[in-house]
Amino acid sequence: MGLHDDEGTRVRVFMLGWEFPPFISGGLGTACYGLTKALDQLGVRVTFVLPKTVDSQYATHVRLLTPQAKRQTTIRRTSQTDELTNVSFRAIMSPLRAYATPETYNERIEETLRLQRETTVSSEAGDGGPRADYAGDLYREVHRYASMAMELAKGEEFDVVHAHDWMTYPAGVGVAAISGKPLVVHIHSTEFDRSGEHVNQTVYDIEREGMQRADKVIAVSHYTRGMVISRYGIPGDKIDVVYNGVERAGVWSTTPETIRREEKIVLFLGRITLQKGPEFFLHAAKKVLDVMDNVKFVMAGSGDLMYRSVELAAQLGIGNKVLFTGFLRGDDVRRIFRMADLYVMPSVSEPFGIAPLEALDNDVPVIISKQSGVSEVLRHALKVDFWDVDEMANKIVAVLKYPPLRMTLRNHGNFEVRKLRWRDAAQHCLRIYEETLVPV
Amino acid sequence: MPSICFYFQVHQPMRLRHYTVFDNDERYFDEGRNAAICKKVANKCYLPANRMLLRLIQQHKGRFRVAYSLTGILLEQLERYSPEVLSTFHALAKTGCVEFLAETYYHSLSFLYSRKEFIEQVRKQMDVVRDLFGQTPKVFRNTELIYNNDLGLLIEAMGCFDAILTEGADHVLGDRSPNFVYQPKGCRRLKMLLKNYSLSDDIAFRFSNRDWAQWPLTVEKFSKWVNAVNGNGNVVNLFMDYETLGEHQWQDTGIFDFMRRLPEEILKHSDNDFKTPSEVVASYEPAGAIDVPHIISWADTERDLSAWLGNPMQSNAIHELYRLEKRIKRANDERLLTDWRRLQASDHFYYMCTKYFADGDVHKYFNPYDSPYDSYINFMNVLDHLERRCAVKETPILSCDSFPASGIPLAAVSV
Repeated sequence: MGLHDDEGTRVRVFMLGWEFPPFISGGLGTACYGLTKALDQLGVRVTFVLPKTVDSQYATHVRLLTPQAKRQTTIRRTSQTDELTNVSFRAIMSPLRAYATPETYNERIEETLRLQRETTVSSEAGDGGPRADYAGDLYREVHRYASMAMELAKGEEFDVVHAHDWMTYPAGVGVAAISGKPLVVHIHSTEFDRSGEHVNQTVYDIEREGMQRADKVIAVSHYTRGMVISRYGIPGDKIDVVYNGVERAGVWSTTPETIRREEKIVLFLGRITLQKGPEFFLHAAKKVLDVMDNVKFVMAGSGDLMYRSVELAAQLGIGNKVLFTGFLRGDDVRRIFRMADLYVMPSVSEPFGIAPLEALDNDVPVIISKQSGVSEVLRHALKVDFWDVDEMANKIVAVLKYPPLRMTLRNHGNFEVRKLRWRDAAQHCLRIYEETLVPV
Repeated sequence: MPSICFYFQVHQPMRLRHYTVFDNDERYFDEGRNAAICKKVANKCYLPANRMLLRLIQQHKGRFRVAYSLTGILLEQLERYSPEVLSTFHALAKTGCVEFLAETYYHSLSFLYSRKEFIEQVRKQMDVVRDLFGQTPKVFRNTELIYNNDLGLLIEAMGCFDAILTEGADHVLGDRSPNFVYQPKGCRRLKMLLKNYSLSDDIAFRFSNRDWAQWPLTVEKFSKWVNAVNGNGNVVNLFMDYETLGEHQWQDTGIFDFMRRLPEEILKHSDNDFKTPSEVVASYEPAGAIDVPHIISWADTERDLSAWLGNPMQSNAIHELYRLEKRIKRANDERLLTDWRRLQASDHFYYMCTKYFADGDVHKYFNPYDSPYDSYINFMNVLDHLERRCAVKETPILSCDSFPASGIPLAAVSV
């Protein structure tokens, strides 16, 4: 069954993933990167397939091979970074992006078309029409991506297919079908997390089919596992929980914060969307400001509820106390963590939630929603129901008011977070791969 | 000839209600929850255990004897929620075979923070024992068996005690046995009884543990261990929480049957007998002095204070609490004083312990909080309100119903 080649028993994975640094827009990309890196260190060989657009600026240190490029250069197995010795990357030309919705996809396509009109002379003449590297709407693109992946897979050797979140499920199902290899689907979020009760039926159907066709389903928490069972009707014995890890910053801050501000900073960091509960953050902020003055609330991130949140802050009369930074990445994220006295994650439904772990890693105490997967693994965090803004405010005030609370949360939390390692997650995934490879 | 000395600790704290920074009333305690727990424990433990021990005393015609230490805040709650428990304690007291010990009324750690407050609480507890059971305690046990040389000296200096109890911790005893009467270092009169933690914990903690090599524990086996002390000790001190009977060890573990049959089995050996702490003290001379320069307790494996004062939240909360003493007492308001004292119960600080939080351990017993952090936040919110009440007393200009939720101006707070 292909396991016992000259390289011994190393498992080869056809991984349908997302985003690699430095262009990571959220937890999905962080998780794919962390997991793949740890698999690499375990000696698992990974063919990492991800969507790439013409205008994207990948490949400074991640070298990508497209199916076209591969055809030109025949066999080139050297597309690896220095860091990842067992991973080779394959890019598929596609405008798919992590966290895309039909609406954001359409906007993106229009922008791409505009860019193309500006840069290519030929498209000036007549209708450029949809070219080979994207489809007109998100669902068709997801299926187009699947056939591209199947095409690509024909030239690859692997033992198992591993697909991350719904947009790659059709690709995963297709590749597994033509190769006869087992399929593992990894649930980082479900349509219910993203859209509440207003689920998009097409997305739901794609998700469910992926889960049904999979040999094994990986959920990022018991919270998500429960949802996969109850909402998608997948039998529990097919679903394993693999918690995410956290990539340690590795650098111990030797320069302590020298500027002690008069004002405390409470941080919201994440996409400003329904799922992340921005309005609960703002309502809690209002209550905190009723009893405390020297606090600022920072909302770092962007999303479809951003403008509504700005309006809500104004409506609540706390506009001058709430700052919006827009989307932050890399060093800016670390900088904002350094400034924060407290991180709050008021998510309405959070399958896991890597950001609180990063906050703890940066010595920032956290308040997390009980409706999250990460609350299963963190004990040294304050927990609230996302809708209970009174209790959220109560806890925010306490953290800001009592240094011993901050200190204890920080010390224990930082220690606890070190126990959540990608290495363990990768080992668990490896066990799951091996399970699917054992003939029944 | 070993004497068996049973002493049971009987205590329930008054748990706080969920109190947020937005609350602004004097209802700090969770009446409903406290009543429910009190009744539950009464039915599972206090009532059946009291009745059983009463029968054993009658049956053995005075040869079976036990001691209790009841906290004042438990007695208050029993009076309110389970008066029948009080009447069974009363019946036990009348047998003449039951001794009641002295401790702090509020099950507090006051010895560590205020000698004045400590002595007041001990006196208050002795008064209530005298009123209810017609006995004046002669033996003292401190909250959680917390002890050091200074406490021994203080208790001797109080002049009304013959002995003090504490943990027979290994590092204090060295190669000596806990099965003798000792004397606290520096004391001349006061004697000291040390808990035999091995035999005590066989009953209190290991009784129902099926992974324990000695499970199941039978009275025959236990008596054999007790008899083995013969020739190498005078007394086996079995000190434990009363809730061991029926609550920590549920009835279906056979704990009641064990206790019911134990006296008979022990007394089969003619050298054995049961004694109360005062009788032990009267019967045996100290075998030497025990030096405890550092504080010990009966808690966890560390036998130290880390269960109550091990993290910054705990020490902060308790320091802030005792910092209010002068202002509370100066305010001369009985309700304020009582609220402040009820907050002193060691349990409030125990709930804040992060030590075994990850394992979710024994610390869970009737713990009303999901996490030590919630417990600290709640406690501090209550304390904050209590402090504002003090401030109001100190500045009569501010009327009681008009002070803002955000607190009192700084000037009013300073002492």
